[in-house]
Amino acid sequence: MPYAQITPALTQLTKLIKLAHEATMTQQPPPPAPPVLELRGITKRFPGVLANDNVDLELHKGEILALLGENGAGKSTLMNVIYGLYRPDEGEVMVNGEAVDFGDPGEAIERGIGMVHQHFMLVPTLTVAENIMLGREITRGPFLDQATARQRILDLSEQYGLRVNPDAYVRDISVGAQQRAEIVKALFRGADILILDEPTAVLTPQEADDLFKVIRNLVAQGKSIIFISHKLREVLALSDRVDVLRHGRIVGDIATKDATREILASMMVGRDVNLVVEKGPADPQEVVLQVDGLRVKDDRGLMAVDDLSLTVRAGEILGVAGVQGNGQTELVEAIVGLRHVEGGTVRIAERDVTNAKPRTITELGVAHIPEDRQHDGMVGSYSIADNLVLNSYYLKPFATGMVMNDEVINEQATQLVEKFDVRTPSIRTAAGDLSGGNQQKVIVAREFSRDVKLIVAAQPTRGIDVGSIEFIHTQLVHLRDEGAGVLLVSAELDEILALADRIAVVFHGHVIETLSRDEATRDKLGLLMAGVSETQSNEGVG
Amino acid sequence: MATDVQPAVAAPLMRSLRALVIPVVAVLLAMAVGALIIVITGANPIEAYNAMFTGAMGSARGWERIFEKATPLIFSGLAVAFAFKGGLFNIGAQGQLVLGAIASAWVGFAFEGLPWIVHLPLALLAGLLAGAIWGAIPGALKAWTGAHEVITTIMLNFVALNLTDYLANGPLKDTTPGNVVARTPAILPSAELPLIGPIPSGVLIAVLLAILIWWMLRRTTTGFEIRTVGLNQAAARYAGINVNWRIIYTMALSGMMAGLGGAVESLGLIGRYQPGFNSGLGFDGITIALLAATNPLGVVPAALLFGVMRAGASRMQFVGVDAEIVGIVQGLALLFVSAPIIVRKLLRMRAPAPGEEITLSTGWGN
Amino acid sequence: MAQATLVAEQRRALPSNLIWGIVAVVAVIATFYFYGTRPAVTTAILASALRQATPLVLGALSGLYCERSGVINIGIEGMMLVGAFVAFLTNVYTANLFLATVVGVASGVLTGLLHAFLSVTIKMDQIISGTIINILALELTGFFYQAGLTTQGKLTPVAIPLLSDIPLIGPVLFNNPPITYLSIILVIVTHILLFRTVWGLRTRAVGEHPRAADTVGIDVIRTRYINVMLGGALAGLAGAYLTLEAVGSFERAMTNGRGFVALAVMIFGKWTPLGAWGAALLFGLANALQTQAQFSNFDAIPHQFVGMLPYILTIVVLAGFVGRAHPPAAIGQPYDKE
Repeated sequence: MPYAQITPALTQLTKLIKLAHEATMTQQPPPPAPPVLELRGITKRFPGVLANDNVDLELHKGEILALLGENGAGKSTLMNVIYGLYRPDEGEVMVNGEAVDFGDPGEAIERGIGMVHQHFMLVPTLTVAENIMLGREITRGPFLDQATARQRILDLSEQYGLRVNPDAYVRDISVGAQQRAEIVKALFRGADILILDEPTAVLTPQEADDLFKVIRNLVAQGKSIIFISHKLREVLALSDRVDVLRHGRIVGDIATKDATREILASMMVGRDVNLVVEKGPADPQEVVLQVDGLRVKDDRGLMAVDDLSLTVRAGEILGVAGVQGNGQTELVEAIVGLRHVEGGTVRIAERDVTNAKPRTITELGVAHIPEDRQHDGMVGSYSIADNLVLNSYYLKPFATGMVMNDEVINEQATQLVEKFDVRTPSIRTAAGDLSGGNQQKVIVAREFSRDVKLIVAAQPTRGIDVGSIEFIHTQLVHLRDEGAGVLLVSAELDEILALADRIAVVFHGHVIETLSRDEATRDKLGLLMAGVSETQSNEGVG
Repeated sequence: MATDVQPAVAAPLMRSLRALVIPVVAVLLAMAVGALIIVITGANPIEAYNAMFTGAMGSARGWERIFEKATPLIFSGLAVAFAFKGGLFNIGAQGQLVLGAIASAWVGFAFEGLPWIVHLPLALLAGLLAGAIWGAIPGALKAWTGAHEVITTIMLNFVALNLTDYLANGPLKDTTPGNVVARTPAILPSAELPLIGPIPSGVLIAVLLAILIWWMLRRTTTGFEIRTVGLNQAAARYAGINVNWRIIYTMALSGMMAGLGGAVESLGLIGRYQPGFNSGLGFDGITIALLAATNPLGVVPAALLFGVMRAGASRMQFVGVDAEIVGIVQGLALLFVSAPIIVRKLLRMRAPAPGEEITLSTGWGN
Repeated sequence: MAQATLVAEQRRALPSNLIWGIVAVVAVIATFYFYGTRPAVTTAILASALRQATPLVLGALSGLYCERSGVINIGIEGMMLVGAFVAFLTNVYTANLFLATVVGVASGVLTGLLHAFLSVTIKMDQIISGTIINILALELTGFFYQAGLTTQGKLTPVAIPLLSDIPLIGPVLFNNPPITYLSIILVIVTHILLFRTVWGLRTRAVGEHPRAADTVGIDVIRTRYINVMLGGALAGLAGAYLTLEAVGSFERAMTNGRGFVALAVMIFGKWTPLGAWGAALLFGLANALQTQAQFSNFDAIPHQFVGMLPYILTIVVLAGFVGRAHPPAAIGQPYDKE
């Protein structure tokens, strides 16, 4: 502040100088361009949760900013604030240096912000073109003008190298195509800032590479990108700069060239993470699960599992790797008796259980951690104690004849809550009120406290905190060592690589190849997940 | 110890006390709006309500009428509340009830020469079975085809109405010389429900049933299964419960309660089947069940309250108010109890924990 | 994969189209056959079928607007009853049929507003909300109705010149009272609105995936409110039809389950206006045959059993078709923004 030193006698002159100075300042090049997007002190609370705590963030033009954080760190909430879905409790959002206050996504779209949500925001029963123009419809008179919309979509598709078929119904197209439609949808609205929320979660490694090419192409044409992920490798491969979010706070802002996996990992969880699970070599014994030529239909009546065979032995973990939607869900449901088997057989501990009742299978000593814990694995409004007997309530000692013994049930609950480290105020607390990690521990406690021969674990650590993940991983290895067979289905390649003794890769409902852990490399698995195997070369990538 | 047992003991009591607030305020609010309507029609609401309550509770005969009115309400309220616990909305208590009534009346008049110890249970059983079958049909349709019970039960009400009309005018018609109306012959004395002291035994059956159902839902494996299916069908399937069978079972049992209510009407009050005496009981059952927050024990006081109103309603005519105002008050009570947010705003209460509010299975599919 | 799906669907669709084609041909041949033998009765039955279909198709359209935007409307019955009563009362006191119709529709809009408030704003279970409307409608109209009142005049058939002179088709299609004509127009208007306009696209998006609609700036709550109120208007019109066009007076609970039958008609028509119209005509025909049977003293079957027909037909339709047609994915779920 040079003016402060000038004496009061020269006030008049000072003013003149000041005015002149300001005039030149505005004409002189170049004050650094304001960030295209800036957050200042964003705080967002939900009942009982502080989702974002005083977050500052900047995004510059032509930049790829990675936002890294664990599940539940507050990444999605922050993005929803930027996109106008949530209003921040405190702080402000600035776009191109101007403060904005979005009441709804429409206003964010107006200011050039586009978002591709983790769960796609596409209406399955509408066509790609209808989805893309929804909210920004092109009309002729009072009617929709499908032809013009179609042409504009094809133009965008060409400009950015995003293949989409405007006439296809969204329910009929692949996940990758849906994602491209989502990106075109944002561009159609004139987005300059594109937020991609966990975009690779549903893609094969090769599809992810294609996506990265698209993203670099977008940046080259002047767009700015926020890329949300919890995968260190992708962040390092793609971004220019990384912001790390933990417990709702930004705990690190680092140029990607200065970052390493270790630095990012410890920033993300606040301590050094043991990415490798401690386990000795497997000691496989007799076969506990034998699946032969299995055929199962999905909810739409299409054959989701088609001629699938696999074997799990006692004392080993068989990992099932594959891109989501390649029949994993249906495979698990068929094994545990929750889905009708169209063909083939399932044998558990030497017994044919094809199309057996779920209860019969449970009673054979099968533990099942379901993929969607809140939907299938528990009754949210039941207490923890009742959820812990959800599939054993009718057995002694929990029931005598038809009458249930609350005392025994509560006693067991008290023990299991302690043993499995469930953090809860009381065993009568409704399970639905617990955090995701604790809910999963309740399910694990119930399933693992029985006498189990086979564990069918579907996405056992999806969406839960690192502490609970480590706990559950340790338990799985422990039970393996005790002689249980484990079928681990996971969309996280890291989880499969950390836990599995053998890995079966599924593609289009079929085991395309089974590898021993030693043979399995990330690249090899990636190719297999895309349907490329050495025996069947070049079969439909994407 | 990671857990604390203390709140586990105290919480249910506190919760049940707090649970009383909403229905009580809902009824008061409904009566207040009812008073407004009475004012609009040009009468004095205080006089009207006074006439209603003193008319109902002022005399021994009044109390008899309260029990008469409340008994079928308990049965239909239980039928609806029980189905709710299983995630099912039985709007068909009406049809199940009239079929139960006519079936028990038929056994009551047609089987001569039986001792009462055989005849009465047989007649009750007939009513019970008829109701159970009429309830099981929509249950089976729901389980096997996905047809939503709200529409099928309503449609079956109309079918039952036609069916009983046919029976009471045709094969089962009272052929006593001089009779021109649609009704069955009077039941035999051996099938009559006796009075126990001054209290009709129908009331006792109703109250015992409420306790039994409460216990069954709360403490037995069957109850656990029904509640699990009601709250989360996917989790129930996962837990090894046969969901389709439980749906049919729940609807059959629900229909059975309504059918038993009809039987008690025929055998204890009317002495025969006569159409029209019980129109609207199915809808009343919904109001009562929701007022009781679907708790079988809560059904009894809720039904008694409406029994009082129904018993005293005719007295309001003396002060110029149509007895049908009770129906409006009942409907409004249903509105306010189902929209607890209105009551809560009024009393500045906190929002409930998840699971405390009633949600039915959504959509027309499963 | 995408192509495989489409082919599979076409294969599945083919036989059902074939069946409907055969049904249509048989229906046309049967009509001409009966017209040839008993022209007066055939004409009367078909004309009656069209009119009996009117409240059903209006009720089904009412359900359609609500459900396409994601709100179940089990309260059509009550909305109809209120519309019928209010239209009736307005006519009794003003002797104006047009005004009565308009006021009847307006009362339907108000009941729709109540349903929207309960199910959209305070997020009450939508089925309970509809049931409350049914019960309150029954009790309120019963309370305020005084026996002995009749309407001053009725909506009468308006013959369209020339067209109404065509044999069979003329008297059936072109000599109807106003609300019946209106219902046919509304079917076409709804079809165009739903599938060709911005409003329709947004409504369908809100009913299938409200969050997706929200993320592109569509106001889910407002869309649902307007559609539910439109649904109320149509139910009100169906009610006005009953008192002003069909009966000429009001009776307690005179809707007789038509609101629920209309829901089945909507489902049978696979949530499309044209499908609902076809389904309503089928139900209308069943009703017309039933009425005809009573007129001609056909007493081989007791009249009560004939009276059960529409209700049993409804159950059969629900049992047979619910699993096969897909309702809008978001129906029954209140929309939570956060």
